[in-house]
Amino acid sequence: MTHEPVLLANVEKKDSHTLAVYEAGGGYRGLRRALKEMSPEDVVELVKQSGLRGRGGAGFPAGMKWSFLPEKHPGPIYFCVNADESEPGTFVNRVQMELDPHQVLEGTILSCYATRATTAYVYLRYEYPLCRRRMQAAIDECCAAGYLGSNILGSDFSLDVYIHVGAGAYVCGEETGLIESIEGRRAWPRIKPPFPAVEGLFRKPTVVHNVETLACVKHIVDRGAGWFRSMGTPPEPNNPRDPGSFGPKLFGLSGHVNRPGCYEAPLGISVGQLIEQFGGGVWKGRKAKAAVLGGLSTGVVATAEFDTPLDFAAPMRVGCPGLGTGGVVVLDETYSMVDFLHNSCRFFAHESCGQCTPCREGTYWALQMMERIKAGRGRLRDLDLLREIGESIGIMPGTTICGLADGAAWPIKTALSKFRDEFEEYIMRTNPNGYMETEPVEALVGV
Amino acid sequence: MNVLDAEVRKNIESCLGRYPTKQAAMLPALHLVNDRLGYVPPRAVVEIAELLELAPAQVQDTLSFYEFFKQDKPQGKYRLWVCRSIGCAARGGEELLEYLCDKLNVRLGETTADGRVSLEYAECLGACDVAPAILVNDTLHGNMTVEKIDELVDQMSNDQCSMSNADS
Ligand SMILES: Cc1cc2nc3c(=O)[nH]c(=O)nc-3n(C[C@H](O)[C@H](O)[C@H](O)COP(=O)(O)O)c2cc1C
Ligand code: SF4
Ligand code: FES
Repeated sequence: MTHEPVLLANVEKKDSHTLAVYEAGGGYRGLRRALKEMSPEDVVELVKQSGLRGRGGAGFPAGMKWSFLPEKHPGPIYFCVNADESEPGTFVNRVQMELDPHQVLEGTILSCYATRATTAYVYLRYEYPLCRRRMQAAIDECCAAGYLGSNILGSDFSLDVYIHVGAGAYVCGEETGLIESIEGRRAWPRIKPPFPAVEGLFRKPTVVHNVETLACVKHIVDRGAGWFRSMGTPPEPNNPRDPGSFGPKLFGLSGHVNRPGCYEAPLGISVGQLIEQFGGGVWKGRKAKAAVLGGLSTGVVATAEFDTPLDFAAPMRVGCPGLGTGGVVVLDETYSMVDFLHNSCRFFAHESCGQCTPCREGTYWALQMMERIKAGRGRLRDLDLLREIGESIGIMPGTTICGLADGAAWPIKTALSKFRDEFEEYIMRTNPNGYMETEPVEALVGV
Repeated sequence: MNVLDAEVRKNIESCLGRYPTKQAAMLPALHLVNDRLGYVPPRAVVEIAELLELAPAQVQDTLSFYEFFKQDKPQGKYRLWVCRSIGCAARGGEELLEYLCDKLNVRLGETTADGRVSLEYAECLGACDVAPAILVNDTLHGNMTVEKIDELVDQMSNDQCSMSNADS
């Protein structure tokens, strides 16, 4: 069955980023209707029914998150649009903000209406200058047209939206790091609880959502919860904690494919289908060896696992934590998994904010080992040490404040369990006299 | 003498209304200063602190967390960020980084002797669909090759390199 793009319906149009083109395609009609006919509670209920789960990586049900807000709060309630998109392999939010900023804004306005938020900050990474200009222009158009500001479209709902530009740190995408960063401090994630819905930005109730999640809200209001649930994967019958994976999803396909790009498909499309149907297959007539499943933090799948559906639950069956961001990076048969893991460890060591010892030291230690292995001085023992680090850092083992450390661990765990032979072969070949060494060896310097 | 001129001060003050606290205007302020001076020198830290009614140490604390801001000396006229994360590395990004170091005769993080070009690595620029990717000031360059880099460096040495996206 082919899927008619919804999230990407506008992007091919000329001047798709302008209000005129967006309105000509039916834009802001949903907002107009919702403000007249629906109460905030109605919108919350609709989003709950749709089963929408966050697209930013964790997959938390959006409607449920909204219901954690304190009732009858005197305000202000804050809203943050997470546009920090820095997970390696991920670029779909960039495409959305560059080519259809009004879709993101309409979803934001509707979500603020539902949650009674009166100020929204778009936390935008510095590296997206075109998004910055397009989003600001769209906000200005909305203010002029009465979609933002006081008494929106004659209702008693008022909302201001501001862009807050980051300064090049991955951890700012973590929702409480993001909040700290808006408040003007180092982006050190907070210990939870309290969760942002109770005490977030400026110590007020706060809702944080990914750009794509908000675009989905717009379409749910336009087309209904039933439409949204008509796509995707129903809950796994033997997993009582799986609420199902519904709706369309954007996938960023990159690496060794013929046609890298941002593609839309219902949740549940497999890695292999994505590569073949959208990506035009692996480049240079080669075969694939592996793929980053959904952003670097989710680790890798081997070719034998390419039938894994990209939804919130299925990746767990192949040792990955979940869907992640939908950023699939294909690696062909000639690419070394040693290089892959070295690259991954370098990223997380660089991005650890340093608050938690297991993350700060663990990611750096893992990088030192990968530097040594890559340089031909690895020992088989290092692989066990790496695994041990992978299993001990993160919120899952309960040793860190935020999920960055878990994200560092999944590539280690998945690469080593799925490609152990390749690592062993590399170490024995490049370090024939030392691969059995058990005495501590000197570190190489330089990151 | 003040290092922040009247215009920067005015621009910083115009950000204050967006936030309920003055401290929240910190990142906008640091950006405005870094844009204007090419870095945020210690004297600017003191002046930002005065504007935001904070201790200079609070400003320094935030400033030092974000690698984007320069502290010691101004960045070059052109700031090159070459992506080294997995999507780009898989398509030759790291080789381009080495090529640029040789070509510009600088090490990573350094600025050419004429103050024109600063070379830095970046983590994923969110442009993996056009990997390998390089950000030059406000302009993204995708699908980079050695030839395109040669062209880019030529343009920068003749000051013909566009400073921002033509399309806004
Ligand atoms: C280290 C780290 C980085 C993150 N980066 C992002 C990001 O860039 N964008 C994003 O939407 N979510 C990111 N998240 C997830 C957010 O913490 C949060 O779950 C999300 O913004 C919630 O939005 P959603 O429910 O719409 O997905 C990150 C999480 C961690 C642990
Ligand atoms: S897990 Fe890592 S990134 Fe997250 S708070 Fe701890 S040290 Fe910082
Ligand atoms: S990995 Fe280079 S832009 Fe994403």
